[in-house]
Amino acid sequence: MLLKRILADKANGLWMITSLVTILALPLVIGTGLYLKASPLFDQQSFFSLVFSADWAPSEGRFGFRPYITGSLYVTLLSFLFTLPVCLLSAIYLTQFSSQWLIRTMHPVIDVLAGLPSVIYGVWGVLIVVPLVAGNIAPAFGTSSAGYSILSGGIVLAIMCIPYILNMLIEVFRTVPAGLIEASLSMGATRWESVKHVVIRGNYPGIISAYGLGIAKAFGETIAVMMVVGNVVKVSGNPFDAAYPLPALIANNYGEMLSIPMYDSALMFAAFLLLIIILIFNMIFRYLIHKTRKQ
Amino acid sequence: MSPLTPTDSNVLTVSHLNVYAGDHHILRDINLEIPSNRITVLLGPSGCGKTTLLKCMNKLTDLYKELKVSGNIYIGNDDILNTTHNIPAIRQKMGLLSQRPYPLPVSIYKNVAYGLKIKGIRDRKLIDFSVEKHLREVGLWDEVKNRLNAPATSLSIGQQQRLCLARGLAVKPAIILADEPTSALDPISSKIIEHLFREMKRHYTIVLVTHVLRQAIRLADHVIFMCDGRIVEQGSPSDLFSHPQSDELRAYLIDGN
Amino acid sequence: MRRIKIIEEKIFVFLSAFMTYSLILVLMFIIGVVFVKGFNALNPDMILKTPRGGYYYGGEGGVLNAIAGSLYIAVGATLIAIFIGLPAALYINVQLIRHRKTQNTIRYFLDALWGIPSIVYGAFGFTLMLFFGMNASLLAGIITVALLISPIMVRTFDEVLSTIPRGLYEASLALGSTRTETAFKVIFRQGFPGFITAVLLSFGRGIGDAASVLFTAGYTDNVPVNLDEPAATLPLAIFFQLGSPIPEVRERAFASAVILTLIILLLSFSARFMAKKYSRTNLR
Repeated sequence: MLLKRILADKANGLWMITSLVTILALPLVIGTGLYLKASPLFDQQSFFSLVFSADWAPSEGRFGFRPYITGSLYVTLLSFLFTLPVCLLSAIYLTQFSSQWLIRTMHPVIDVLAGLPSVIYGVWGVLIVVPLVAGNIAPAFGTSSAGYSILSGGIVLAIMCIPYILNMLIEVFRTVPAGLIEASLSMGATRWESVKHVVIRGNYPGIISAYGLGIAKAFGETIAVMMVVGNVVKVSGNPFDAAYPLPALIANNYGEMLSIPMYDSALMFAAFLLLIIILIFNMIFRYLIHKTRKQ
Repeated sequence: MSPLTPTDSNVLTVSHLNVYAGDHHILRDINLEIPSNRITVLLGPSGCGKTTLLKCMNKLTDLYKELKVSGNIYIGNDDILNTTHNIPAIRQKMGLLSQRPYPLPVSIYKNVAYGLKIKGIRDRKLIDFSVEKHLREVGLWDEVKNRLNAPATSLSIGQQQRLCLARGLAVKPAIILADEPTSALDPISSKIIEHLFREMKRHYTIVLVTHVLRQAIRLADHVIFMCDGRIVEQGSPSDLFSHPQSDELRAYLIDGN
Repeated sequence: MRRIKIIEEKIFVFLSAFMTYSLILVLMFIIGVVFVKGFNALNPDMILKTPRGGYYYGGEGGVLNAIAGSLYIAVGATLIAIFIGLPAALYINVQLIRHRKTQNTIRYFLDALWGIPSIVYGAFGFTLMLFFGMNASLLAGIITVALLISPIMVRTFDEVLSTIPRGLYEASLALGSTRTETAFKVIFRQGFPGFITAVLLSFGRGIGDAASVLFTAGYTDNVPVNLDEPAATLPLAIFFQLGSPIPEVRERAFASAVILTLIILLLSFSARFMAKKYSRTNLR
């Protein structure tokens, strides 16, 4: 009986540790797998030219990822610019100025919205944002646009990331004790001054992390962006033009990737690039969060 | 009791103050006077409304939208409760010391300088002078003078509470509102704070909330005993503690000892 | 000086209130648009039938294939994720209970893992498929999604387990239980509602993800009956139908979006309900 229990203990212990190690090794395994698949590419082209060349001709074996990388960066940057004021001010309003009732209803709603699949946001983008950009926004700026554009991608991404970032910001601001605000007020500061000095300045790491993780999420987002961004290979600074972000490249071309030599390596390289960039972002900002949580 | 009117020897007068949170009547018809340069102790069991009363004096009740406040609170002849004009200036007349120290997430120096910066004082020398003066006032200067730029959170809890006191003094209040300021502290730090209060009443009027009977006996010049949202008795400590009139206070005195 | 401050405060409070309320409006608008558009096209056929001939040109049928495929994949992936996620979360909270630092480092890595985009999992799943000589199939989709949701499962469950007081663990050991007995019988039972929440959240994440199943599960008009058959998924059904130039087909994309949204809402409300119930028992 005792022996059986000890054996069960050992077996279960083994199961537990194996599972944990498997999960923790996942990024390493994924990284290695993608790298190995992409490595034939490095015999032909240097890493530098892969990333910085704009010469994209898969059938001739030339893979320059610059249009895709700039496309991704541009869409992400735009979405960041949209989320920056909205999330910060809303989080401040909800945690500092609004009634208890509003934040108590909004918090679960935001949580649910953060869990909606991205394809739903994509549907909304196609339904509303694309026509809006083509019909109203572009004409207002004196140009024309098909609507499937960098701007649409940025807007859809922003809307997707807002619940995610807002959620984190609310968590951060909620930890500010009421006593701190009261202390600041009792020294004669206005409400807004107290918010500035106590809530914002005291939580820089948390705020930066929330946005950092939001950016990382935006950078890796696939379906929603792909549905509205136009998917045209082009390096353009005009937000009303179409672009082709990195994740969309991978998603759109898996069908042909086995028919053109090296194409699969190129796409896996793109995935590898995404993995590394986003993992680095996550490691940095999660580290900031973990460090502040300890204090 | 007839409505109280402000007089010269009273720094602060509360008249017919009522506070509701929804249907809950937190403070019931509070009338009291805070004599100047004395330690007035608000005594009573937990949850009797002492802290709410203190927050009314400072208008911090504005923060809690669910609270409905009516009545008058006078400083001099100004009814501070019903004005919306220049609330920060009113709050600056009162330094707040809360149950737990709440140092701002900046350095020791900047904590004390915060109130001055808010006032718009930029003169570095004046700020330096003021920081040193008020840290000395709370007996913290010698302990921290070599690490003024260290984060305030690196201090012990007792030191943090004294820092918060110094920070409050730097805006030159007339009244110190202290809400159980020693409840989170160890006995030695508590002693220091109590000692400071006795020294400080020469220059300040102090309102101290406590539920510790012994502390009230040690410090009070004037006692207001509250129970269940109303003032049960008020008067000099010798009267109240040796000849309690009400059953509530009698019960409290027996439990407290 | 004072005046400027008060004006500054007024401006910022107004701005932040304005941002908040317009945000609420926009978010409600999104849900509203998807629902209104979708409900018009929603009919029993959508849920009960698979695509018939000419479906993608406006012919008869529904998206039962995608609903079934998504459910199969999410169920399979969740089962695998439970199989490796449950013991992993227990290990962090039982075996490592005295190693705070290790616990926190592991949590840190899991959080970072959570951020890896699903398209990367999809690409990795695809390389795995090629490596093992598999085709796009239900099984490949299940494995890929399982990898995607395992860190989520572990971290959500772990978050609840970490609130269980240490005394319970010690009491169980004191009664003579082994560590794994403590883990599976005592700690797991105590954290069971949290486990359900974790399962529901992971399931929702699995059912809604498109990019990971794009290469791995394939697409078919039939309800798969074998693990090696390709499987359609709801997000991809929405995506493909929305790409069609035919209005009827696009309408169906909206209807499919409503179906997916309803499933997700149901899951997250149940998860919330469980979490609430749990925190209530915790208070007692």
